[in-house]
Amino acid sequence: MSELASDSPSTVSTETSAAGTRDVVADHEAANPAVHVTALIPQTLGATLSSYVRRVRGGETGSVPAVAGAALLMVVFGIAQSSFMTTSNFVQIVQQAAPNTLLAMGLVFVLLLGEIDLSAGVVGSTAAAVAAVLSVKHGMPWYAAILGAAAFGAVSGMVLGWLRAKLNIPSFVVTLSAFIAFQGVQVLIINSKSNGIQISDQTLHNLYFGRLTPAAGWVVLVVSVVLYALVKVVQANARRRKNLANEPFSVLGLRVAAMLVFGGIFVHLMNIDQAVAWQQREGIHQRGVPWSAVIILALVVVLSFVLTKTRYGRHVFAVGGSEEAARRAGIRVLAIRISVFVICSAMAAVSGLVLAGQLGGSNTGDGGGNTLLYAVAAAVIGGTSLMGGRGRVVDAVLGGAVLAILANGVSDLIQGGNAAAYELIIDGAVLLLAAAVDSMSRRAKR
Amino acid sequence: MSESTEPILRLRGVTKSFGPVEVLKGVDFEARPGEVTALVGDNGAGKSTLVKCIGGTYQVDGGEYLFDGKPVTVNNPRDAANLGIEIVYQDLALCDNLDIVQNMFLGRETLNGRTRTLDEAEMEHQAGQALASLSVRTVKSVRQKVASLSGGQRQTVAIAKTVLWNSKVVILDEPTAALGVAQTAQVLELVRRLADQGIAVILISHNMLDVLKVSDSVAALYLGRMAAQVRTSQLNHTQIVELITAGRSGDLGLVETTKGAAA
Ligand SMILES: Nc1ncnc2c1ncn2[C@@H]1O[C@H](COP(=O)(O)OP(=O)(O)O)[C@@H](O)[C@H]1O
Ligand SMILES: [Mg+2]
Repeated sequence: MSELASDSPSTVSTETSAAGTRDVVADHEAANPAVHVTALIPQTLGATLSSYVRRVRGGETGSVPAVAGAALLMVVFGIAQSSFMTTSNFVQIVQQAAPNTLLAMGLVFVLLLGEIDLSAGVVGSTAAAVAAVLSVKHGMPWYAAILGAAAFGAVSGMVLGWLRAKLNIPSFVVTLSAFIAFQGVQVLIINSKSNGIQISDQTLHNLYFGRLTPAAGWVVLVVSVVLYALVKVVQANARRRKNLANEPFSVLGLRVAAMLVFGGIFVHLMNIDQAVAWQQREGIHQRGVPWSAVIILALVVVLSFVLTKTRYGRHVFAVGGSEEAARRAGIRVLAIRISVFVICSAMAAVSGLVLAGQLGGSNTGDGGGNTLLYAVAAAVIGGTSLMGGRGRVVDAVLGGAVLAILANGVSDLIQGGNAAAYELIIDGAVLLLAAAVDSMSRRAKR
Repeated sequence: MSESTEPILRLRGVTKSFGPVEVLKGVDFEARPGEVTALVGDNGAGKSTLVKCIGGTYQVDGGEYLFDGKPVTVNNPRDAANLGIEIVYQDLALCDNLDIVQNMFLGRETLNGRTRTLDEAEMEHQAGQALASLSVRTVKSVRQKVASLSGGQRQTVAIAKTVLWNSKVVILDEPTAALGVAQTAQVLELVRRLADQGIAVILISHNMLDVLKVSDSVAALYLGRMAAQVRTSQLNHTQIVELITAGRSGDLGLVETTKGAAA
């Protein structure tokens, strides 16, 4: 017989009706007609802000560390070097952030269950090798190559998930083995004396280098914000119909305004032409929102929808929170556990494809080394917990941005023979800092 | 109080063994709608095993399982859930990282008709109503994370969940074991209200005061046999303790000679 874990002393003031007899209960009820318990939502803008501040102080730091970190880094690098705050550098940071961010987005699902996938980087680049072979050696169109890579990722993830969930091997061991083994698979698939396959398909290159037209960038921004506002209004109406408390309208207004302002600044910066004057006269332009940013935006929307608006997503959180509770609620824990590895490896394939676009091909060794660890760092810096149960897809974007800014700034700031060594030390320190924030916020909640 | 209603759940001569160990030796048991039936017994008497048989975690080896007067077979927890039997376990089984609404609907989320997405507004509305129907005033917000709740509040959520699903039989395994005085009183109030809604509540408890306070009938297990199931109004503290520790009290309880005569 298990005993309940000793309960912390209650801080909630309790009504001291003795409940001694049923008459006491009845009297008590007559004197206190039932109060409907509802969601406690602050009803003014000011109250919303102060409740947010209170939550952050209470340990629910959310995206605050990542946003503050990104802002701080920008200021520091901006002051330290003149070349940092330039449009071309911003575009570079956005593009450089893409592969790691995409990898981290899939990893969030695995981390939500308190699992780890050490193989995602290598699996992703092996999937990209499959795409390169399909495109170059078999002459297949880009979409077939991408589908092939995604399928390779999904199947790999299914195997990993099955080994973890069905055979109950710890994910650390399963994916460490895969990390090693897939480096061999990668060599066999590439199967080239030069240890690489150069891709020629322009669309595959464009996964990294492609840019939207300036007008298309604005359209994407406006459509996204309008859709967001619409969804929010529809949700608010559904709540109002049921007499449920709603967020004040001003809060939604502020959110939409912030999206428009920051999104507008982003699109504007990306749209500044970096081609020199003679190129522009020839009709050659270097401008527009990178494709990779749009790919990330689209996948953030889709994956966030899956995670927060579907029954499946709810069950992922449940299994991450308490496997036993989820099982008793009739959730198919095994299927959920396998599925997060499938999503992670499929996203790794997308990440590997964008990386291959950047490198112009697929090479042995891509996706190895610290690739995966940076993605874990991105998710954790963004606010996803390593212990499971807490995380968002946008965390990967926030953390990915912080790491990209850091890598970009540090590589220019620190010169000389030991530059790479200092970079590694700084990256490690940043991850440690993020993990410390994570564990502190968890302790605060106890 | 008189026995006005027919039992919704009735076990007759139920046996259950684990290998050579006979844990339930022909147990009779019944629970009536609108009543709290206390299930008492010493450690190892077989309370949890009996409850797991009712809930379908274990299958009975022999004896009759009658629901609403009709014999049924309960092979797994899903069969039991389909009959309207809910068990609130001792260790609660809530997800700390989810809020009250999310926990109450876990595994049975309401979906929006058109979009097939989670219907948060409807779930929040129903959760609020379920809590209101039990006059729960102790939680601040239905969107609070369960991690931030006290033991009594967690118990409240777990119990209120059963109201949502129109349960007919609710089994509570030691719901007050880890609670302080004030929270225990609250949970017992809740147990009473649950029964007042017409649910047959089965309360496992070690606390005789709780049992006397809240139950309509007491079933005492002794070494795998039902010593007696008696109206609470006809029992006092001492008699219950004797039934638990010796299997008999005065002319109540097991008669030595009937040992092993169970069907
Ligand atoms: N799965 C099992 N296998 C073997 N013996 C068991 C099992 N479950 C319970 N028992 C035994 O059955 C007896 C009754 O246990 P239990 O139902 O947990 O009692 P209670 O809940 O009344 O304390 C105990 O002697 C226990 O050791
Ligand atoms: Mg027990």
